[in-house]
Amino acid sequence: MAEATALLEVHDVSKSFGAVAAVQGVSFPLYGGEAHALVGENGAGKSTIVKMLAGVHRPDTGTLRVNGADVEFAGPADAKAAGIAVIYQEPTLFPDLSVAENIAMGNQPLTRLRQIDRKAMHATAERLFARLGVHLDPTRPARGLSIADQQLVEIAKALSSEARILIMDEPTAALSAVEVERLFAVVRSLRDEGAAILFISHRFEEITELCERVTIMRDGKHVATEMVADLSVDDMIRRMVGRDLSALFPKQEVEPGEVMLEVSSLSRAGVFRDISFDVRAGEIVALAGLVGAGRSEVVQAVFGVDPYDSGIVKIRGKRLKPGNPRAAMAAGMALVPEDRRQQGLVMDLSIERNVTLPRERKLARLGLLFGGAERRAAAKWTRQLQTKLGRLSDAVSTLSGGNQQKVVLAKWLSTAPQLLIVDEPTRGIDVGTKAEVHRLMSSLAADGLAVLMVSSELPEVLGMADRVIVLREGRVAAVLNRDEATEESVMYAAMGQEAAA
Amino acid sequence: MTPLAIQKPRKPAMNFLKTRELGIVLALAALILYTTISNPRFLSGQSIRDNLLNTAILAVMATGQAVVVITRNIDLSVGSVLGFSAFTVATMMSDHQGLPMIVAIVVGLAVGAVAGLLNGVLVRYGKVPALVVTLGTLYMYRGIVYQWAGGSQVNADELPAHFLNFANDNFLGIPWLVLIALTVVGGATLVMRNYRVGRELYAMGSSPQAAELAGIRVARNLLGTFVLSGALAGLAGVLFAARFGTVDASAGTGYELNVVAAVVVGGVAVFGGSGTVWGAGLGALLLTVISSALAVLEINQFWQQAIVGALIILAICADRLVAVRIARSLRKRDAHV
Repeated sequence: MAEATALLEVHDVSKSFGAVAAVQGVSFPLYGGEAHALVGENGAGKSTIVKMLAGVHRPDTGTLRVNGADVEFAGPADAKAAGIAVIYQEPTLFPDLSVAENIAMGNQPLTRLRQIDRKAMHATAERLFARLGVHLDPTRPARGLSIADQQLVEIAKALSSEARILIMDEPTAALSAVEVERLFAVVRSLRDEGAAILFISHRFEEITELCERVTIMRDGKHVATEMVADLSVDDMIRRMVGRDLSALFPKQEVEPGEVMLEVSSLSRAGVFRDISFDVRAGEIVALAGLVGAGRSEVVQAVFGVDPYDSGIVKIRGKRLKPGNPRAAMAAGMALVPEDRRQQGLVMDLSIERNVTLPRERKLARLGLLFGGAERRAAAKWTRQLQTKLGRLSDAVSTLSGGNQQKVVLAKWLSTAPQLLIVDEPTRGIDVGTKAEVHRLMSSLAADGLAVLMVSSELPEVLGMADRVIVLREGRVAAVLNRDEATEESVMYAAMGQEAAA
Repeated sequence: MTPLAIQKPRKPAMNFLKTRELGIVLALAALILYTTISNPRFLSGQSIRDNLLNTAILAVMATGQAVVVITRNIDLSVGSVLGFSAFTVATMMSDHQGLPMIVAIVVGLAVGAVAGLLNGVLVRYGKVPALVVTLGTLYMYRGIVYQWAGGSQVNADELPAHFLNFANDNFLGIPWLVLIALTVVGGATLVMRNYRVGRELYAMGSSPQAAELAGIRVARNLLGTFVLSGALAGLAGVLFAARFGTVDASAGTGYELNVVAAVVVGGVAVFGGSGTVWGAGLGALLLTVISSALAVLEINQFWQQAIVGALIILAICADRLVAVRIARSLRKRDAHV
């Protein structure tokens, strides 16, 4: 299968964003007539690699080689000219333009007056669709196409530019099984015509079905490049996650109390379906799953920020009105959102104002806020959380990320909730502060708080949670108790494999 | 790929029936009919001529604005650019009576192009939204004209006759102003419709991110767009000076809103990506005819503003309605979770 020179070679490439090294010294070849899988956890650096190949980012060090010659891409146009076509997870079509125009953009057939030859353009599109075996009207606008059809238009685009290297970043994430089969048939025929395919997916059955070779990445580093036939799915997963689960996250043992939150058959069309679980006092329950599995959407629906179509949310046995965060707060629920800058804090307000924001009403006298009570409440909680700050009157934006997260926590803890929902509690926080946030969550649970946590970090999930609910594509894929939850079992469930053999 | 329904290509005639442009033509026809019935002189030669001359300046500016809005930007500085250009050209012509008209036009275009280039550079390289940039330059350009002109104005009797006559002269029976406006609207429509660069501008407005990823030369196109809008506002300044003869520092104040109104009413989506230049030209015509019709019908002029406002809201509501309906049907259709 392997040919003498690779169509495309990634050679010792590194890329950093600020202080974060997204990709460090990664090398792998893409051969013509071969489909090559790129796998790794969320944040392993796959998308950064794709963006470098697409000409969006430039590598800090290392080189890309096309047909053995070093290339430098100043922009996407250069990558395109080198014969690289990229199909992104989110299709990048122009919704207002016709399908044929989308395919031909930048490459339109021209008449002698250098006008666009629409007839030829439509004929080309028809021909491409015929080759792909699909029926789409080239004159219709791209707006309103299903994701699968958009994906096909993207492929037609790649075909029309005669790309020799096709890069697909999770093209199947939004497709149904039939549509995936269809896509694979097309990709296989391209491969058999000599194109090199780079295929990114979280679904192992797809990788074993489609690809000959696989490159595994972890934390921005290259782990291995091997023939798929030589590796079992177990091997791949182990190499993807393979890091030490140190005793970073000391979760105290707590005897669970009464049921605080009860969610049954929660559904929202197109987002999640039939989600049921409960959380008891003193328990930490983690919602795990891949990006896009619907975790944040579920907790937002539970809290009432987002609507849901059917299902019941009960807090301490009492049914909660849907779509009403105020009622949820009154019932003792608190939500620490994923993006603290956008949703959790008013960056320009002082620390004390931020902490007391959800409680203003209770602190107010005659409808007015006076400094004293506000300051006392803020001081109490920031001290308890060991927040490092100058003065309480400083703007929140002056704090570090970890301390900002503590202010968000302080803000909600000051409402004395009985159920705390935290979405990605340690995203963008350094290791030391992470452990502190974990210690805090653990001690809160020990005091009888029920905690529902959404996290993409497996070590955090495994270290903190009494129970792990794994979501996949909007459904509950598995519920694992603390002793059943391992990196492998969670990843298997998240990616749609049978439980570890 | 769900059911392999073969979508039949719609017939061009059906497409036209659905366009906003047809709606404007119908509205225009109804308005003219109604006004003419109550006052037949509305369709007299002089009245038509006045309407067309009044439309010309607005249509020239609406052309540039339409192109800018199609790329999901906006140029609010056009009124001030018009003032700048009008005062520059009027001053020049009064100082050098012998200069031919073509020089005036070129100078006007150049002044506008420079102003537009500054807008484009600030938007692209300053990474500031066009709304903010051009709001700033709206005041800046106007401020410069005030500083320069002080309280002075250029009067018609200081301007050479051939310059003033240009606004009234005909060429093959069509007034020069109308001819220029038709050329500008027609040319831009053609480029936007049939040339690569035009389709790239639509693409940029339709999805800025995708445009970058598709390798479109976004920076070049964006600068070109703002230069065009500025240059056309500069040209409009020359026409303004020739038509009205008297130019002071406040020439064209508030025009930007008329221009944006014409563009929006003409069916160019404020979120970019759709609409046509000739639609914007029709929008300019409709707004002009409305204001003269109200005068003929002896309706209070103040109503005009309310009517224009209602038209804008109607136009935007129509856009939103369509977008929401499509989004909803898409969400339901794709729901395989």
